[in-house]
Amino acid sequence: MIVEFPALNLLLLMPAIGVAFNLFFGYRLGRSAVNTVSVGVVAIAFALSVWATVKLATMPPGSCLQAQLGPWIYAGPLRLDVLLRFDALAAVMSLVVSGVGCLIHIYSCGYMGEDPDFARYFAYMNLFTFSMLLLVLAGNLLLMFVGWEGVGLCSYLLIAFWYDNPLFAFNGRKAFVVNRIGDVGFLLGIFVLFSAFASHGLWTLDFAEMRERAGLISPAIATIACLLLFFGATGKSAQIPLYVWLPDAMVGPTPVSALIHAATMVTAGVYVVARLNFLFALSPSTMEAVATIGTVTAFFAATIALAQSDIKRVLAYSTISQIGYMFLGAGVGAFGAAIFHVVTHAFFKALLFLGAGSVIHALGGEQDMNRMGGLRRRMPLTHAAMLAGTLAISAVPGFSGFFSKDEILQAAYTSGHKTLWLIAVVTAGLTGLYMFRLFFLTFYGKPRLSEERFAEVHEPPFVMAMPLVVLAALSVFGGLIGLPEGVLWGNQIGAFLAPITGRVSAAPAQAVMLLSAITSGVTFIGIILALIGYVVIPTLPERLAAWAQGLYRLLWSKYYVDELYDFLITRPVLFLSSAILGRNVDSLAIDAVVDGTGEAVQGGATAVRRVETGNVQHYVLIYLGGVLLIVGYYLLSALRH
Amino acid sequence: MQALGPLILSWRSVLAPGIVALTAVVTMLVGSGLSEDESESVGWIALTGLVAAAIASLAASGDHIVTFGGSLIIDDYTAFFYLLIPVCSAVVVLFSFDYVAALGLPATEYYALLLFATTGMMLMAGAGDLIVMFLGLETMSISAYVMAAMAQRDPKSSEAGLKYFLLGAFSTGFLLYGIALLYGATGSIKLEAVAQMVRKHSIALSPFVLLGLGLILVGFGFKVAAAPFHVWTPDAYEGAPTSVTALMAVGIKLGAFAGFIRVLLIYLAPLHAQWSGVLWALAALSMTVGNLAALAQENIKRMLAYSAIAHAGYILVGMTAGRSEVGPALLYYLLGYAFANLGAFAVLVAVEQAQQSGTKLDDLSGLARNHPMLAAAMALFMLSLMGMPPLAGFVGKFYIFSVALESRYVWLVIIATLNSVVSAYYYARVIVAMYMREGAERQAQTRQPTLLFALAVAALATVIIGLLPHPYISASSAAYASAEQVLRPATAALQTK
Repeated sequence: MIVEFPALNLLLLMPAIGVAFNLFFGYRLGRSAVNTVSVGVVAIAFALSVWATVKLATMPPGSCLQAQLGPWIYAGPLRLDVLLRFDALAAVMSLVVSGVGCLIHIYSCGYMGEDPDFARYFAYMNLFTFSMLLLVLAGNLLLMFVGWEGVGLCSYLLIAFWYDNPLFAFNGRKAFVVNRIGDVGFLLGIFVLFSAFASHGLWTLDFAEMRERAGLISPAIATIACLLLFFGATGKSAQIPLYVWLPDAMVGPTPVSALIHAATMVTAGVYVVARLNFLFALSPSTMEAVATIGTVTAFFAATIALAQSDIKRVLAYSTISQIGYMFLGAGVGAFGAAIFHVVTHAFFKALLFLGAGSVIHALGGEQDMNRMGGLRRRMPLTHAAMLAGTLAISAVPGFSGFFSKDEILQAAYTSGHKTLWLIAVVTAGLTGLYMFRLFFLTFYGKPRLSEERFAEVHEPPFVMAMPLVVLAALSVFGGLIGLPEGVLWGNQIGAFLAPITGRVSAAPAQAVMLLSAITSGVTFIGIILALIGYVVIPTLPERLAAWAQGLYRLLWSKYYVDELYDFLITRPVLFLSSAILGRNVDSLAIDAVVDGTGEAVQGGATAVRRVETGNVQHYVLIYLGGVLLIVGYYLLSALRH
Repeated sequence: MQALGPLILSWRSVLAPGIVALTAVVTMLVGSGLSEDESESVGWIALTGLVAAAIASLAASGDHIVTFGGSLIIDDYTAFFYLLIPVCSAVVVLFSFDYVAALGLPATEYYALLLFATTGMMLMAGAGDLIVMFLGLETMSISAYVMAAMAQRDPKSSEAGLKYFLLGAFSTGFLLYGIALLYGATGSIKLEAVAQMVRKHSIALSPFVLLGLGLILVGFGFKVAAAPFHVWTPDAYEGAPTSVTALMAVGIKLGAFAGFIRVLLIYLAPLHAQWSGVLWALAALSMTVGNLAALAQENIKRMLAYSAIAHAGYILVGMTAGRSEVGPALLYYLLGYAFANLGAFAVLVAVEQAQQSGTKLDDLSGLARNHPMLAAAMALFMLSLMGMPPLAGFVGKFYIFSVALESRYVWLVIIATLNSVVSAYYYARVIVAMYMREGAERQAQTRQPTLLFALAVAALATVIIGLLPHPYISASSAAYASAEQVLRPATAALQTK
């Protein structure tokens, strides 16, 4: 059932209104107006999302709401509309984007309370929300690409928000360039799909219509298209090989990191795969690739996280690792579980970033965990919130992350991907280890700050504390929307998404229990190791690091991947462009052609100008010349007949 | 001849031009009774008359009807120009008020002549026979000769008027001779009858028809300033008072092209094979000469004169294609061209007055600092003339070139596109001067509400016509289609034969 629902247009346009307001009136009307409007528009968007979701939930499964903002591109048989569609998948995503996004906006009012560039900041934040909502609500692939690109642009603008710092500007650029590399794949994927569907008479790239006619696409074409699209997804969602931008994106304001990691941007790749699941399902080899890359990324990022000392950097690698889990879920066909993990991850990752932001804010910009410690006495609320987030991300049973991660792992096991499952379980242990390492280093042990600074540490103000509390509650209880089958009300979100994402057959109850027990056991081992290493015997990690120096260095340097990319790609490209193309082709060949053309035209101009003597007799002569030519031409042609 | 039907005398065909002509008479009567200081107020009478005529243009719209024994035609094509031409003249009036006073032009004569010229232009658009066409052309031209020479304090103005007149008279001779030859060959001056005659193979290729066609091409080529009949343009445009230049660059072009397109593309369509070659050459030459010469100009009015020649070339590209698909493109192009040019001349008028300066490129240096709004508007008009998306100039150019390409005039389109590239340089020079050069500190901001209103109209039109082209394209299509109605039955009859 399809129901017209014009309020969707409003839902999408609310943040856009915020952008315009902030850009044109922001500085003039002042900080409180900017705060009110920026938070207000996202809150209204959230309210509209809730309304639409409630309406959708009362309709039969498989229904959707839609609204048409207008025609977009009509050229020949090509018909693209600005069509918004609100189905179960879009509902879940837009609730997360606008809901978590709204909390982050509220938090930002406090965090950016001193920054003189508040209007620009909130304009970008609103634009980010707008782009992500467009991506999620778009009814066709090309409109989604507009949102996709908008998200990339906003990440660049916000990462490099404090652009007068050259390093920050560089990191912003890095994020942009890496994303562009992925976008090339994504665009090529769109082209392949477009030509494949167009040859069967479908010119709209509309998701619903593509889904209906997916059978027309040959598996080979589906494989090519999906691999290309997935390559694009690895860029946005920070997976191997394009994950390198995300850790460096930490230089932006911390709420931005929360927005990028939780509500927007990195989940875009997972969303695209889930949205196009009917195409990925045509290509088992692509599914294998998705699952494998996800799992390897999850493990790889978790190991790096073990050795980082910057609190936000650890969180960044944890995001990469968690997104890896989502791709594992998608790759084994459990698209619903992957989206469920997107949701719970949004809760706890936003919480962790905002908590880390509170710590950083309280410490006057300090991000190195080696200079923290003992903060729980000064910041009990933040400590409690961070504990909730850490438990949730470590997937301790009962907390939100547990349910979603467990569903993914079970799907991996039951679908026969035992190796991937094993790696993922080990990664679960690593997750417990590095997250509790972060937690203990920050809040426990002896304070490593100087006395005076430690005394100045304070809890965040109310606007920053409130989102923490809400997100902590969501991190603890948010998993209840997706309980295992047969427990209480069962997997609500899975059932809600099923018409879009399909469902995987559940394992027998006993196997479920056993698998959960194994995963949880490994997680607890990780947590206990962290407890021993960072609370009970604080000297142990140093000794370990000294003992396995090579490994530690390798992890600490992030496997030298940045250096490798620099050597393999950046330098050759720079050499090609400056030494060969720049110095020879451009300055010798192209400049000569360009300058030569210009000079020739100027010469022509002078020649033509000379005709204008100002003398009427000359003019008449020229005129008569023209007349004679024309008359002669016609006389000749008359004679010929 | 029976096909022309009974003699219809319809007020609808003469209402709009009649209002303009009548207003001209009223202007003279009222103006003669006023002292020199008061005579400015006749501008308001002129404005009222033009607005009334624009509204009255609705009367001329509708299906194709031939009235006054074939002299005047009522259809949407006529109505299109009956609306557009008075609007353009009204915009000229709007920015003339203070300018006429500042230059010491005789206000009564100025406005009366402007209205007479407008009447002539409108007659050309609505003319159904070659004599009325000629009458319109002469009414328009003679008024323009006088107006060009009106600034008696400025010897350049007299020179402009004289040169324009001499060459104009010369050219009139050729046009009239061409009409006479056509009449001799076909036995009629009525366009519809001429069209029916030239469909017959034996008459179409007679030397009289061909020579007549050639001389008509010369005559119209002069009025639309196509090379090599363009030589008067730079001197006349430069010397004439700027508001008169605007009238010459916009109104006269509109009138001349309205007649030219109707005569050639609709009534002489059967001779397409005979005239397309000549138009091809005129188009290529006009674009190349116009754009190349514009590069070397230091005076903006002169530069705009060459730009007008080049634009005539672009329009001729479309006319060369000659298919009925190109008609709407031509009308749309004229729309965009008219407003961008009106705007550019309005800015020049404003600059001349605000800065008490001339119209050299250097006089625009630093305009962005002294008069940011004027500079922004000028930049907009230059970009539109350049053909920058999403402005009207771009859509029009794209439209014409794409139809010409579909008609397989590949080389002509290549020449046109290369010329567009060249033109970007001299339009951009204006923007560079305004925004990137330091100018002398000037002040004395004159506030002229009417001029600013004229600028706003031109700027809005340039943006809206380009950004939302659809209603204007469909209006152009409807106008052209109704003018083409005259051909359909006959063509159908020809095919069944």
